[in-house]
Amino acid sequence: MSSLSMKKTSVPESPPPAKAQAKPQNSMLHRLRTGQVRPWPDSMNAWIAPVLRHTLPPVLGLLILIGIWHLATFNGGSIPTPGQTWEAAVILFSEPFYIDGPNDQGIGWNVLASLERVALGFGIAALVGIPAGFMLGRFALLSQMLNPIISLLRPVSPLAWLPIGLLVFQRADPAAVWTIFICSIWPMIMNTAQGVTRVPQDYLNVARVLQLSEWKIFTKILFPAVLPYMLTGIRLSIGTAWLVIVAAEMLTGGVGIGFWVWDEWNNLKVEHIIIAIFVIGIVGLLLEQCLMLLARRFSYEQRS
Amino acid sequence: MKKLIQIENAGQTFQTQKGPFVALRDVNLNLAPGESISLIGHSGCGKSTLLNLIAGLTLPTQGVLLCNDREIAGPGPERAVVFQNHSLLPWLTCFDNIYLAVEKVFGRREKKPQLRERTLAALDLVGLSHAETKYPHEISGGMKQRVGIARALSMEPQILLMDEPFGALDALTRANLQDELMRILAATGATMVMVTHDVDEAVLLSDRIVMMTNGPAATIGEILEVPLARPRDRIALADDPQYNHCRQAVLSFLYEKQRKVEDLSQRRQRQAVQG
Repeated sequence: MSSLSMKKTSVPESPPPAKAQAKPQNSMLHRLRTGQVRPWPDSMNAWIAPVLRHTLPPVLGLLILIGIWHLATFNGGSIPTPGQTWEAAVILFSEPFYIDGPNDQGIGWNVLASLERVALGFGIAALVGIPAGFMLGRFALLSQMLNPIISLLRPVSPLAWLPIGLLVFQRADPAAVWTIFICSIWPMIMNTAQGVTRVPQDYLNVARVLQLSEWKIFTKILFPAVLPYMLTGIRLSIGTAWLVIVAAEMLTGGVGIGFWVWDEWNNLKVEHIIIAIFVIGIVGLLLEQCLMLLARRFSYEQRS
Repeated sequence: MKKLIQIENAGQTFQTQKGPFVALRDVNLNLAPGESISLIGHSGCGKSTLLNLIAGLTLPTQGVLLCNDREIAGPGPERAVVFQNHSLLPWLTCFDNIYLAVEKVFGRREKKPQLRERTLAALDLVGLSHAETKYPHEISGGMKQRVGIARALSMEPQILLMDEPFGALDALTRANLQDELMRILAATGATMVMVTHDVDEAVLLSDRIVMMTNGPAATIGEILEVPLARPRDRIALADDPQYNHCRQAVLSFLYEKQRKVEDLSQRRQRQAVQG
């Protein structure tokens, strides 16, 4: 015990040699001569350390994942090793935008096609869902009328709507957009409506005392107060939409990352499927991060 | 005496789950232009209810309230309210918070430069010209409350209604704002009704102190005239026999005549109304 504590106390006493060397000298020439000049100035240490602290653990986690993947696959088997996947990815991404007929296009086109469908379905859902949410939040009768219906339809898997879409639109592409629309509309309605009912009474009292017009109430009080809730709804929606598009495209076919996965499964190019999983994950992450950024831009500090 | 506000037999009954709850009854009060009055009483005595009636935020269930001989049927720009928790919109700067009120009241008659000028004048009146571009979360509680006062004053109201405006502030900030408020009221000649818990505040700021009996079914118990000359100075008043006499009268009303012995059933009832 005592020797251990002795050691502990002795540690800070010994002068840290790196710091002593790094002490700033007045003459730059002197530092050059003595070889004290580093690749970066000392001041950079101040921000490199926290950056390392933040990036090192995720990188380590990723390395461990790849390590496990490698250990599990290097004996052979149907799942390709990380190395094989990497080689396939290099070839794949060397030409992401080629077109060899309608069913053989680069991965870039496939991702863009999926994003286009999501944007379209999601955009229409926002156009319908956000005003609907405002109405539901503002008028109690409307919300009493529609809440049971929404509660009934919300837990239904969006894919169950796909046949309806196919039936109504007679074509695969609008049916996929329809499925995205249906799955992204609920979170937007629910969150917007909740935001409207949670506008603090104080702000509405201000509106009453100032006798603001309905338009001013909407633009100056209701909309800014609801915006954070709305953005939460949008974020949830876009996450679901990106989840659903892959499944919908597997069923509808055409160009799109979901169909591409299915196509590569038929071609038994498993490494491409793994690449697709990473691509889908990264695109989803980027979408989410963009909206988080947007949400942070529009959130206000709410202190009393 | 010219009357700005007339309250005649006003009463307020709330419908609760346990049946009707009489918060206020038989309130009779007149306000002359330029007068400052305080409403004081224990919590739950309906001070804020009465203020909301004057503001027009709620309508009385009995009796009538008149402003300039016209019945109060809702809020109006001649009756500006300063809320207890300032109620500034957090997504607008101090300037824009005030501009919103200025634009509403004067937007029809005046052009933008004049509206801007009015807003800046209101900020200047409360000594916050430097905080024009700041957001409410960037300034202190006292400053927020001053912006709230500036917003109310910018509407050039005939009467300023204040619901415990300084209740959430520390004692020093509160004293500062009280002095500032007295200066502003003297400069603008506005009428003021203030709800307060603070005996010193009531005596310092008011021409009359309206003391309310305990709820439920609260009403006006006594009205005390404060015959102190203006401008009033808090340091000089601390040793003034008349000032101390007024304090003593309010304290005796609150702690002898209307001692708060709140039993449990009353408290539950009150909470049911508030909640």
